[in-house]
Amino acid sequence: MAELRASSSTADDRPFPPGEYPVVVVGSGPGAIQVAYALRRIGIDHAVISADPSPGGMFRRWPFFQRLLSWTKPYAPVERTSRAYERYDWNSLLADEPENRSLMPGLMDGSSYFPSRPEMERNLATFVERTGTRIRYDCPWTATRREEGPDGERFVLETPDGEYRARVAIFAVGVAEPNAPSTPGIELSHHYSTVRPAETYAGRRVFLIGKSVSAFELATGLLQWARQLILVSPSPVKLSVDTRSLVGVRARYVQPYEDHVLGGGVAVLDASIEAIERGPGDALTVRTRRSADGSEVVLEVDDVINATGFVCPLVDLPALGVTTFGQSRLPAQTPYWESASVPGIFFAGTIGQGSAGLKKHGLPANSGAVHGARYNARVLAAHVARTTFGRSVERPPIASGELVPTVLSELATAPELWHQRAYLARVISLDPGEGPRDEGIVPLAAFVDGVGDDGTADSLALTIEADGTGTIYPVLYLRRDGRVEERMIEPDPLLRFDTPAIQARVAEIVEEVRSAAITG
Amino acid sequence: MASRDEIVDQIASFALFADLTTPQLERIAHMFEEEVHPEGERVLRQGLSGSAFHVILDGEAAVIIDGNQRATLSRGDFFGEISILLGEAPGADIVASRELRTLVLAGPQVRAVLLDNPPLMYRMLQAQARRLRNANRWRS
Repeated sequence: MAELRASSSTADDRPFPPGEYPVVVVGSGPGAIQVAYALRRIGIDHAVISADPSPGGMFRRWPFFQRLLSWTKPYAPVERTSRAYERYDWNSLLADEPENRSLMPGLMDGSSYFPSRPEMERNLATFVERTGTRIRYDCPWTATRREEGPDGERFVLETPDGEYRARVAIFAVGVAEPNAPSTPGIELSHHYSTVRPAETYAGRRVFLIGKSVSAFELATGLLQWARQLILVSPSPVKLSVDTRSLVGVRARYVQPYEDHVLGGGVAVLDASIEAIERGPGDALTVRTRRSADGSEVVLEVDDVINATGFVCPLVDLPALGVTTFGQSRLPAQTPYWESASVPGIFFAGTIGQGSAGLKKHGLPANSGAVHGARYNARVLAAHVARTTFGRSVERPPIASGELVPTVLSELATAPELWHQRAYLARVISLDPGEGPRDEGIVPLAAFVDGVGDDGTADSLALTIEADGTGTIYPVLYLRRDGRVEERMIEPDPLLRFDTPAIQARVAEIVEEVRSAAITG
Repeated sequence: MASRDEIVDQIASFALFADLTTPQLERIAHMFEEEVHPEGERVLRQGLSGSAFHVILDGEAAVIIDGNQRATLSRGDFFGEISILLGEAPGADIVASRELRTLVLAGPQVRAVLLDNPPLMYRMLQAQARRLRNANRWRS
């Protein structure tokens, strides 16, 4: 009997044994879960493997102080299961079945509109369970190579369980590897990922390398414990309320900055860090040089914490030819999140930031957060289905009289457009023979450069955009004979994009492009 | 992919940044972001608003106006500043003619960076003066 139990407990009943699949997805965070769900809905067979023992990705551990920065509003002006509700819920994954939508608000305890880390982890696990999304856990991807397969080149992903072969590999492994700057003595610091419990910093002088969100998150949590907090990097602090975007320190973590500007004792210094040295005694000495005048500032502290963020754990993909860039070593990507240098390798989840899009007015997309990446994942899955596996995609017709109301409704409520501003667009083709057709959500960069899955027909693309001054407004892009022009629409102070004034302007623009399509 | 230290070393040799001290260069390297564009990708788009200022770290780009190539840009060259200074959409497409790495500064940040770094502003003005002189020679 004992032998039988042992035998059944060691039997591997995990899904997706090593072998050949059309697509392999790596990861089990929100990006991987969302893209796996979308692939399954389209009917593309795939395997999902993950090094982790359970779903959640980085949310299994972080944020360090256990409360998210992204909100979910349990009470919103629209029904929870409606598509429009996604605008108010940044944390739920997307499901087609009404019962699996908007899971996050139902799991929150009501104490905050920012879910706690455990609530977010539960949200992702619940989605996996309810949608039947299968993942092979404890199966780390360790190496990659290319080989010739029956349908052309394919990728071989090595794992301790065996090898996975696929024409398409989608990596959703997060930006999760601690980044260490090359500062002499950096080994005397510890990284954000290895910070001790907050109370162990009681009465200590803490030097934080970095002024990004993670540095200010730690500073906020240590305000009540540390004797002194010093935040240092060469460039000035950016606040999200100033940049009018997710760039910069989020409002939740501005308290240390207020302490600094009011002279409360927190120091925020614009300086480069030249060296970290031992001594005197158990203390550490940090040598810095001020950006403004090059003068040296030497500081004696008890702890140095490196809060310079994370890099992508790409294993051997750079050696395979995947080009990377920037401090996070993001892979360079096409508008459809495919490696710009190794076709067939795609990226989902927060790594999708490497496909920057137009970044109009310097404002990035929200691809680094769940509320942006979840839409990217859906577009990516449809793109792979269409371009690699030849699946046709529905292009619903729009009755001529419904064109303007459809545009207004999308501008007013479409969560893809609201969350991925100037990044994802709803495209409506205007072929005079076929009549208007909904071509779906397309990356705006692909539309304007004529490389989108929608083709190059005369079309209208709808976006919501912002210009960094706090103004949010709709923009329509007109493509006629391959040339793209933009038409900005006056904003509404209450962000109602279905007012009579906007309706009149939209009707004017639609008429402009439609008459050109007919006469052209 | 270059580290910030490597970027500082690279841009120190560019005429645009030649008069800045090392701490100032480090600050610049922190304020700009790195971008990579594969061959054939448009970096700036003629007529579309909201573009950025780029300094080429590596690679080559074509300046294309109404479909006609007018110039080639390479390491150390910069583009995008005119539309930002004038508050207009770019008057040309900039297309990567081979893999292009640039340092990028968002349009709304350009004014502050120029005012904070007068030597950088002076060097940019010199470059514009050269372009104007060359354009005038071409016309005459």
